Amino acid sequence: MAKRIEVKDLDIYYDKFLAVQGVSMTIEPRSVTALIGPSGCGKSTFLRTLNRMHELVPKARAVGKVLMDGHDLYGPQVDPVAVRRHIGMVFQRPNPFPTMSIYDNVVAGVRLNNKRMKRSEMDALVERSLRSANLWEEVKDRLKRPGSGLSGGQQQRLCIARAIAVQPDVLLMDEPCSALDPISTQAIEDLMLELKQQYTIVIVTHNMQQAARVSDVTGFFNLRSIGEPGGLVEMDETTKIFSSPSNKATEDYVSGRFG
Amino acid sequence: MSSSTELTHPDNQPQPPPEAPLFEKPVSRFGDRVFSSSAMGAGVLILVILAGVAAFLLVEAWPALWADPDEVPGGDGIVLYVWPLLFGTLLAALFALLLAAPLAVAIALFITHYAPRRLATALGYVIDLLAAVPSIIFGLWGLSELAPLTVEPTRWLEENLGFIPLFEGPASATGRTMLVASIVLAVMILPITTAVIREAFLQTPRLHEEASLALGATRWEMIRQAVLPFGRSSIIGGAMLGLGRALGETMAVAIVLSPSGGVTFNLINNGNPSTIAANIALDFPESSGLDINVLIASGLVLFAVTLLVNMTARAVINRRRDFSGAN
Ligand SMILES: Nc1ncnc2c1ncn2[C@@H]1O[C@H](COP(=O)(O)OP(=O)(O)OP(=O)(O)O)[C@@H](O)[C@H]1O
Ligand SMILES: [Mg+2]
Repeated sequence: MAKRIEVKDLDIYYDKFLAVQGVSMTIEPRSVTALIGPSGCGKSTFLRTLNRMHELVPKARAVGKVLMDGHDLYGPQVDPVAVRRHIGMVFQRPNPFPTMSIYDNVVAGVRLNNKRMKRSEMDALVERSLRSANLWEEVKDRLKRPGSGLSGGQQQRLCIARAIAVQPDVLLMDEPCSALDPISTQAIEDLMLELKQQYTIVIVTHNMQQAARVSDVTGFFNLRSIGEPGGLVEMDETTKIFSSPSNKATEDYVSGRFG
Repeated sequence: MSSSTELTHPDNQPQPPPEAPLFEKPVSRFGDRVFSSSAMGAGVLILVILAGVAAFLLVEAWPALWADPDEVPGGDGIVLYVWPLLFGTLLAALFALLLAAPLAVAIALFITHYAPRRLATALGYVIDLLAAVPSIIFGLWGLSELAPLTVEPTRWLEENLGFIPLFEGPASATGRTMLVASIVLAVMILPITTAVIREAFLQTPRLHEEASLALGATRWEMIRQAVLPFGRSSIIGGAMLGLGRALGETMAVAIVLSPSGGVTFNLINNGNPSTIAANIALDFPESSGLDINVLIASGLVLFAVTLLVNMTARAVINRRRDFSGAN
């Protein structure tokens, strides 16, 4: 449960293209860390190196260290599949499995882990996960219906339920609300505040207010200049980043005077 | 202009002249007309040809359908004449499908999800190339290479698995058996089946593959969770298209099989029925009079069965399109 992540001098490549350079940061457990920055500066790229989804892109690689409670995620003995079982992810577009019911979607990850589970335990897990995702009341009467029949916001909360059903240590979210309406966004923001009691949460967002509302710590990513790799410019308490950042570029960005 | 339209147009904005409607009917271009009429023509032509074939089959088969049973070859009437052939056709095609379908799924998976890109492309070409080999070549290969190779293994099957009706024996000494015919057919339907399935696998939404992998799925678990469910109806559709091809395949079976007209599930002896298409190819040159009508009547049956299989296949494939991954 809730682990600390330390990143040291991380360079991230797509084949020969250096997308992100020299990122070092510490992500505290039981907190929400927000990553903000202009488009194309490598926020998603960075986020995906934290659970080794990055290397699914052919020839993509990361150089540097990512430690979770001291364990090197990129160590020679480490299986990326095992990493992803500990570090869950929620994507920009809701992606429940279309051929599965709501129930099966929630337990999809648990079934993978090859745990033999009694029917009653499974039912309990589904209810607990859906309750944590604030979705239980809305779907409890149609658990056997396909997950793709839900609204976008419900689908996204279903994906969150699916991600937390396996009880990961860390939850990564890449613009989880960008496809949602304000009400669903509100629901998911509330959810994040609840979930951070138990999990380490990292969220990428373009919505400055959202970062200010939900996060404890904010990291600002930027491109040094056009054609240069992106990198972490500044990282600090969210209140500090939004009131008195130490970097000029950060100040311009958060106050909307960017570019 | 009514007053309500004027309300939405303040005076300082120019009003459209009344004689020019906002949405004009588009000008019909010459190229558009040529394209739409030639596409239409081609569509109609296909229907006409299909109807013509059906009409020909019906007219020519008609006398055989009502002929005196004694006059039909075999002397037991048209139904008992066609039945073993239909049985042979279905047996050969289904067994071929049984061999080809799992292989096609495996190859499609390998190409789309396991092989390095270069190998995948090369393998794709090779499979497509199989489709370009004339069927007579497959027939000759089956007869001269494959058949002798199967003699020993079928003997073994007879001795050890003889209790299964499929391998009852006695094993053929020449190898010109239903088993070999089915294997040859399987190789022949592999390309089309693989192509349809591969296409579906390629279209698996990245979103769903990543959803699975992010949960900590291994590659095989991801395939089971995201790829196979998404491709399921295409697998069925591709298999049925292959089945349609196997049903109508003529030369390979005509060359390989030495039929004797029995109705049996025994794959490895010499007592197999022929298939409709192969039977027509072999008997037609020496037939005359009512015999020709009888052969054509068997062709009519094949036409109906193949049409049915292909239509079902198309329906299954189209249903997947409606389903469209439900993003
Ligand atoms: N699959 C890929 N292959 C090659 N280059 C990529 C790939 N994905 C991203 N990039 C490049 O990496 C850089 C960072 O992209 P990334 O998607 O991480 O940006 P981002 O900060 O998430 O942007 P956005 O806010 O628009 O989502 C960009 O220059 C992008 O073109
Ligand atoms: Mg992004």
